[in-house]
Amino acid sequence: MAIKVRIPTPLRKLTNGSDEVFAEGRNIGEIINDLEKSFPGLKERICEGDGKLRRFVNIYLNDEDIRFKKNLETELKENDELSIIPAIAGGSI
Amino acid sequence: MSFMKGLKCRECGKEYPKEALHVCELCFGPLEVNYEYEKIKEVLTRQTIEKRPPNMWRYKELLPLESDPSVGAQVGFTPLIRAHNLGNALGVRELYIKNDAVNYPTLSFKDRVVSVAISRARELGFKIIACASTGNLANSVAANSAACGMESYVFIPHDLEQTKIMGTLIYGATVVSIKGTYDEVNRLCSEIAGKYGWAFVNINIRPYYAEGSKTFGYEMIEQLGWRFPRHVVVPMAGGSLITKIWKSFNELQKIGLAKNLDSRIYGAQAAGCAPIVNAVKEGSELIRPVRPNTIAKSLAIGNPADGYYSAKVMRDSGGWGECVTDDEIISAMKLLAETEGIFAETAGGVTLGVTKKLIEQGRIPKDESIVVSITGNGLKTQEALYGKLNQVTVINARLAEFDDLVRANGKEYALKS
Repeated sequence: MAIKVRIPTPLRKLTNGSDEVFAEGRNIGEIINDLEKSFPGLKERICEGDGKLRRFVNIYLNDEDIRFKKNLETELKENDELSIIPAIAGGSI
Repeated sequence: MSFMKGLKCRECGKEYPKEALHVCELCFGPLEVNYEYEKIKEVLTRQTIEKRPPNMWRYKELLPLESDPSVGAQVGFTPLIRAHNLGNALGVRELYIKNDAVNYPTLSFKDRVVSVAISRARELGFKIIACASTGNLANSVAANSAACGMESYVFIPHDLEQTKIMGTLIYGATVVSIKGTYDEVNRLCSEIAGKYGWAFVNINIRPYYAEGSKTFGYEMIEQLGWRFPRHVVVPMAGGSLITKIWKSFNELQKIGLAKNLDSRIYGAQAAGCAPIVNAVKEGSELIRPVRPNTIAKSLAIGNPADGYYSAKVMRDSGGWGECVTDDEIISAMKLLAETEGIFAETAGGVTLGVTKKLIEQGRIPKDESIVVSITGNGLKTQEALYGKLNQVTVINARLAEFDDLVRANGKEYALKS
């Protein structure tokens, strides 16, 4: 099943400039591994050495943060969309 | 002379030059200023500091500027008050208020971060200063930009207190009110910061900006006679202040200006916006964003940038997080005003309300030193008090009517004999 993944600006160097790409997988972990096959180097930017999602990288499944679902094990269905979004956009106090 | 080494990612440790950068390009972690502590230790003594003028720049070796500040030379060194009356009311022995409600020039702790941010932005060659703000930052950016002849753009959520809007417009800032929450304002500002070459103090200048908060902590320690307080209660919005107070304590210990760090740091939020407190109570590392609904608008950040690190400070120091309702916030504002003559903004009500709760819960013992951090002035958030205070008494300008009033209030003992 091909899932649409939105790529943030800082990672587009790795996707040859594409802001949207497609990847295959039943869950988000598999999608990331498939992305790594197509775009080598992408996985280490969003995952720690042990494969866990980096703390300041958010992945949204449709509009929900996957940390509040089953994280990388979250299963995907037809027409789901993923967005990779760096967490730090600013802040205050 | 500057002791600023460069920027460093808090997550992966990758080092960066001292530029307008705030996110690690490798792992997306936040960047932080790194200093040459060994050299600072050689030159900075208690005596050197004590001889300097009473402002935040007495700790300049620990701040991220190449040379002297170009704005805000008078900011900081606000009073640390031994609060006997309030201490009695709460049943505790040693209570202090660190009072940034009287910080110069805009009556909140934000003048500390803004004077660092604007001075650094000017060193980096920026021409326009901007910020996303819940109000206090807006006031400070507008005032300090005006004071050094810079143009400023201030982005605020549309439902801010009128006083905070007037207190920004007066300085000639361009104020853009966004139909959305602070978190939405902030997201938009990140996009603007990416597109326009402006210095957003709390976005692309954030690593420098945030360092200014450390002076709140240094002052507290110096004013206590170079002693660490046992308990410190701090308000949290994005969570930067609490992490920087903890950093300031650790730095003073590292360079030998204070010893035996055993402070516990407690974070305070409003019940209507408590994402960091929720995480601490649940023992979770994850901060679940919330949609804010509280009168403490200066703390109404539902997706706190430094939430993870704030929760860690509370955990690592042995502190805790707690929150209070809007009614408890108002009661605490009144209590502070009636016992100590200090009119703090709603955020101060949050901090004192939480302190009271932590004492009642037994989390803060009654016989150890406690510092309550007051970060903003009540004159700015008067709207929260409408209908919550006693009414004024209206009479005609006749002595007989006043006599009636005195009798009605049972104050005849006050008559001259």
